[in-house]
Amino acid sequence: MINLVRRLLKTSQKKPEKLIDEKEIRYDGRKLNEMRPVKIEVGILGNADGSAYIEQGKNRILAAVYGPREIHPKHQALPDRAALRCRYHMAPFSVQERKSPAPSRREVEISKVMREALEPSVFTEYYPRTAIDLFVEVLQADGGTRCAGITVASLALADAGIPMRDLVSACAAGKVEGRVVLDLSDVEDKSSDGADMPVAYMSSLNAVTLLQMDGMLTPDEFEQTLNMAVEGCKQISQLQKEALKAKYATAKEAVAEKEEEAEEEAKE
Amino acid sequence: MTSIVAAKVRAKRVAQLIAGGKRLDGREVNDYREIQIESGLIERAEGSARVRLGKTEVLVGVKIEAGEPFLDTPNEGVLTVNAELVPLASPTFEAGPPDENSIELARVVDRGIRESKAIATEDLVVEAGKKVFIVFVDVYVLNHDGNLIDASALAALAALLNTKMFNYEVKEGEVKIKPGYKPLPINNHPIAVTFAKINDKLVVDPWLEEEQAMEARLTMTIEKDGKVCAMQKGGYGIFTTQQILEAGKIAQQKATELRKLVVKE
Repeated sequence: MINLVRRLLKTSQKKPEKLIDEKEIRYDGRKLNEMRPVKIEVGILGNADGSAYIEQGKNRILAAVYGPREIHPKHQALPDRAALRCRYHMAPFSVQERKSPAPSRREVEISKVMREALEPSVFTEYYPRTAIDLFVEVLQADGGTRCAGITVASLALADAGIPMRDLVSACAAGKVEGRVVLDLSDVEDKSSDGADMPVAYMSSLNAVTLLQMDGMLTPDEFEQTLNMAVEGCKQISQLQKEALKAKYATAKEAVAEKEEEAEEEAKE
Repeated sequence: MTSIVAAKVRAKRVAQLIAGGKRLDGREVNDYREIQIESGLIERAEGSARVRLGKTEVLVGVKIEAGEPFLDTPNEGVLTVNAELVPLASPTFEAGPPDENSIELARVVDRGIRESKAIATEDLVVEAGKKVFIVFVDVYVLNHDGNLIDASALAALAALLNTKMFNYEVKEGEVKIKPGYKPLPINNHPIAVTFAKINDKLVVDPWLEEEQAMEARLTMTIEKDGKVCAMQKGGYGIFTTQQILEAGKIAQQKATELRKLVVKE
């Protein structure tokens, strides 16, 4: 029975023959420069100093920030700034085949580039000798997790009240079946002869803080892909700001309600 | 603390020079250091090469073994790249399991070879889905004086071009090695070109002194037809989109020059 379900699941997830049709519509109904639906929530974990959650397509990612706090082990302390420490980690159930929970080489590399993508945005020099610990947990992966992870991590840092130069927004662009497209899903990323270029960007500073690529791009395609990714980052940046505002709007409403209640009680 | 102050003073000097278009070692901003490539130093390895990039020295050995293919690519051989930052190469390297720097180095070199399809992995299949050859590319850093990525990528390519594939026959599912060799089938020649951003300017092939002063690093790997096949940004600084496109143009030229040193047509 379980096998049957598995087989059904597999066939339902089978890769479509063509990822982009004649009308330039992608297999999931998106236009070439269209992002997957994004849902963001800020401030959702009780213990963390800052936290955020993102859904981008089927990606589901949580980020939490602890700190600035005392650093352990002590020898990691930096005399002139806070040490931003970052762990990108995938849950064993986040992908089709169970992933061992031990950090893979891929996760070690992503943790590094993620830290380097976020550190330019943080005023680490305000908190010398401390640690800012950032944890990104991928609960479900569907391509583009490092970008969505950076987007959500930047919001968690903002939620923790850490002074920042700008939000970091990330989005990939790439090539699928010869066309340059925005925000590749897992199926598109794995298509042959494609390319994937994850970019992280601070919109108000025109600053690229993460840049990677694999695949093959001619110089023209390269420029086109980079520009498309940056446009995607700008869209993400808007969504991030809305999510931050939404958190404080709900907080404001809650305060207003409490005040009303108190007033009524006083009248009685 | 004193060492941090001293490092900051040196970094400032490097940055001031670069603002005036000069470098501490007298190179132009788009010059590589002197490059020496020697192939086939390790007889026990199927392929090997040593690259000297200024004082940076990297040895790459290639070993080939029979093994199982990945489930999703039953008709392809396997490429594995590993990098060791051995303690004899630098006072800052420590023995132990690979840290994030060596993992990043290995993965950037790997990406260039893999994405440019440099190795004809479809020719390395003994029995589809069951037995293929695994190409182990081991990067061994012998002396660290900056820009390990370009030196390692160059040494890896030189070692692969030098790699001999043994003749074999299959008897009862076991691979038996026969005398004689043929070259490992190589289809593409990826070249990594690394830039350091110092004082908002880009310089190619940063040496150690410049790496300690750089704000950020950008590697572009260019394949033989001039396409970009891999890219990696590192460091805590930023790049503008204009700087990235500018770097792309310089990388094209530099890759063509470097390729001539490894690939003798």
